[in-house]
Amino acid sequence: MGAWRVLRALACTLVGIYLIAPLAIVLVISFSSASFLRFPPPGYSLRWYANLMNDPAWLDAIGVSLQVLLPTAFLSTALGTAAAYALVRGRIRGGGLIGAFLLTPMVVPSIITAAGLYMLYRWLGLNGTLPGLVIGHVVVTLPYVVATVGSALRSMDPRLEAAASVLGATPFAAFRRITLPLLAPAVLSSLLFAMVLSFDELIISLFVGSARMRTVPVQMWSNIRGDFDPTVAAIASLCFLVALIALGCEALLRRRNGEKE
Amino acid sequence: MTQPTAGALLELSGVRKRYGQQVAVDDVSLALREGEFLTFLGPSGSGKTTTLMMVAGLQQPDAGSIILRGKAVDRLPPYKRDIGMVFQHYALFPHMTVRRNIAFPLEMRGTPKAEASRLVDEALAMVGLPHHGERLPRELSGGQQQRVALARAMVYRPALLLMDEPLGALDKSLREQLQLEIKRLHRERRMSVLYVTHDQSEALTMSDRIAVFNDGRIEQIGAPADLYERPASRFVAGFVGETNFLTGEALGRDGNGARVSLAGVAMPVSDRFLATPGSRVSVAVRPERVRLSTTGEGVPAELVDLIYLGNARRFVLRLAGGAEWTALMQADAAEASEIEPGQTVRVSWQGMHATAFPM
Amino acid sequence: MRGRAPDPRFWLLLPALLVLLVTFVLPVGGLLARAFTQPEPGFQNFALLWERPVYLQVIWNTVMISAAATPVALILGFPVAHAMAHGSPRTRRLLIFLVLIPFWTSLLVRSFATVILLQRRGPLNTLLMNIGVIDTPLPLIYNLTGVLLGAVQTLLPFVIFPLYSSMKRIDPSLMQAALTLGAGPVRAFLRVYLPLSLPGLMTGATLVFISMLGYFVIPALLGGPQETMVAQMIQDQIAQLGSWGVAGAMSFVLLAITAGLLALLHKLVGLKAVAR
Repeated sequence: MGAWRVLRALACTLVGIYLIAPLAIVLVISFSSASFLRFPPPGYSLRWYANLMNDPAWLDAIGVSLQVLLPTAFLSTALGTAAAYALVRGRIRGGGLIGAFLLTPMVVPSIITAAGLYMLYRWLGLNGTLPGLVIGHVVVTLPYVVATVGSALRSMDPRLEAAASVLGATPFAAFRRITLPLLAPAVLSSLLFAMVLSFDELIISLFVGSARMRTVPVQMWSNIRGDFDPTVAAIASLCFLVALIALGCEALLRRRNGEKE
Repeated sequence: MTQPTAGALLELSGVRKRYGQQVAVDDVSLALREGEFLTFLGPSGSGKTTTLMMVAGLQQPDAGSIILRGKAVDRLPPYKRDIGMVFQHYALFPHMTVRRNIAFPLEMRGTPKAEASRLVDEALAMVGLPHHGERLPRELSGGQQQRVALARAMVYRPALLLMDEPLGALDKSLREQLQLEIKRLHRERRMSVLYVTHDQSEALTMSDRIAVFNDGRIEQIGAPADLYERPASRFVAGFVGETNFLTGEALGRDGNGARVSLAGVAMPVSDRFLATPGSRVSVAVRPERVRLSTTGEGVPAELVDLIYLGNARRFVLRLAGGAEWTALMQADAAEASEIEPGQTVRVSWQGMHATAFPM
Repeated sequence: MRGRAPDPRFWLLLPALLVLLVTFVLPVGGLLARAFTQPEPGFQNFALLWERPVYLQVIWNTVMISAAATPVALILGFPVAHAMAHGSPRTRRLLIFLVLIPFWTSLLVRSFATVILLQRRGPLNTLLMNIGVIDTPLPLIYNLTGVLLGAVQTLLPFVIFPLYSSMKRIDPSLMQAALTLGAGPVRAFLRVYLPLSLPGLMTGATLVFISMLGYFVIPALLGGPQETMVAQMIQDQIAQLGSWGVAGAMSFVLLAITAGLLALLHKLVGLKAVAR
């Protein structure tokens, strides 16, 4: 068995490097002093971060992204949590089918959703508007909220709510004092994940955005497709760090609540 | 309108519950007296837990009425019934300390803070956990969690305490210890308790009365000794305690009581059930009532095995006709009998200790 | 519960349902409808897909690239999921964190990072040349290798998590039992462990395949013209040519393949397993 263990550890290490190496390289290159993407860089500087902070195109993109991700995350978390609660705890006819339907945007390629939305928005005049972007991002993030909160609800013992009721709690009191506190980590973590997903979303933003309504990924996309310099590496590193921080917060949230994973 | 039974705290009459085509509870009627410890005993799926859930208000009956303290409660939600309940896996709120768990029902009833705090202290002392108030449930052992659940269900002195297999998850010695403790609390606090279990020895140990459930119906309700000594049906005889069965033919009565023909031998049985002569019956005899002898009257049997139990011996017998029986004898009596495996013996009993159930 | 008043909790479900109906079902349905109505009613868009070799080629490419990525992801994901399921708690936490990083980092950022890594004069080629494995830089990018290397990295979580949830339910003593019963380690693995992890494998394979079918960024950044995939073609049809009918027909084909695979998976393992 020993040999298999070693082999497994080796495989895991290689996969680990494969997952992390590209991101680590981008992080290093973002501090390069050279104006081309050479690794290892000939010297180190913060010029690309300075460049980022001085370029109105990038600053605007960051602004748009933040304007989109906050309403998106709150909207999809509220809608998704309510829906997950109804699906798991309610006795709703066809609940299984409705649950599966709420998850379908996850398996439909974004290009199809994006093209369809673009068409609908042409008719509604929502292309290039903030509400248009937010709605598009809600479609992408909502299924993840339903899945996360739903699975947390499923693993929560329904007898706790029954116990609260027998002990004298009205349905509202039971929800507020028992269900909601126990669900809070899952709700917060889906809020966080919805923000990250919205911040990363490219294809829908590409279709329904406009020259003035450009999110960070759209700006990155047009830079990468053009003649890119390490400024893209700088913004990519920032995105990566934001994701890492969000992931760390999420792990901490779970750990604090004594969950196993 | 049926008149409420005098002194009854809880009264169920004609209660039914179906899940789709499946009848879970079928026409259950019973009365629980103030201060009584009543146990629902039965195999899983016999309707005992469903009945308990309907008393708690967590399930709605399809028909029948549930009357608590003279008031119909069947349309009342659980939180308006003034009932305490201990759940199978305790259902302690994992995000609240022990104290906050126990204080929860008081809080829901708007008990003033100082008063609530005093009651919680008292409840913690009552279950022997005076210093565990600030712990979280997951930091306690199974037995301790069980005690907290008990304290939480009793702290507001509900009219009725329901317990759904509360000791099912604990190991044997802890279970026996807690059985005695629950019994003590019941005595000291004069609580009325409705207890659900599938463990017949637990039911015999704890209850004032036992209701035996089978297939959604109550087969028999009575004191433990009643059930054990005078089972009302073959099911009760088999489910409560250990019983030997043998099929035979009713012979009718003579001067000494009723008689049954078993493997061609006429044997005495109690005359509790009057079967028409010639009809088939199932005769039940408890192992400790079986007598063995090498001579004299009785059903012939071969001693297959002799099992050493320390204070007693268990004789495994194959009766004429093939049925396997056991007989239980105290150590000294067994040694005096000097019967060895392989030997042929006669099996007999006193008529009052055998019941013939019509088949 | 038949014959009872509907559960009032249905009202909590309604907003999410309505939002998705208007912002997802309506637009996607509208796009698919264009396949049959533009420029005029009929099936001419599907006939076009069938007649023009370039369209069929792209659909074929898409299926083949997805089919190639699936086993690679399964083979790489298997040992990781195994270590997560049966390793020490520390190993598990570390690996979960490692696998979640690509899940939480933008696809675009990771694809860009892979572009840099795989370039002709990029770090990987430099490393391989420095240690003397190769003399001239390998063509790692703008071809199938580049697409697969980039895609598998982003797809690994879709394999690892379903596999992990299947594997953690496998009692390790089953392998020990097989060994005491006379099976060698390889046979015990093939006859006992592999069949038990099959639901996770199938779920993972399906998720990888259907996700890959819709990939857009990776083939655009890491592939060459040979690796053009359907999603890029749909975008071209709309942005360059404005032919919504052909775009709708291609979307239709893409969704039909996806739905077929999901139905097959549902039949084999039940869809509950997919929704983690």
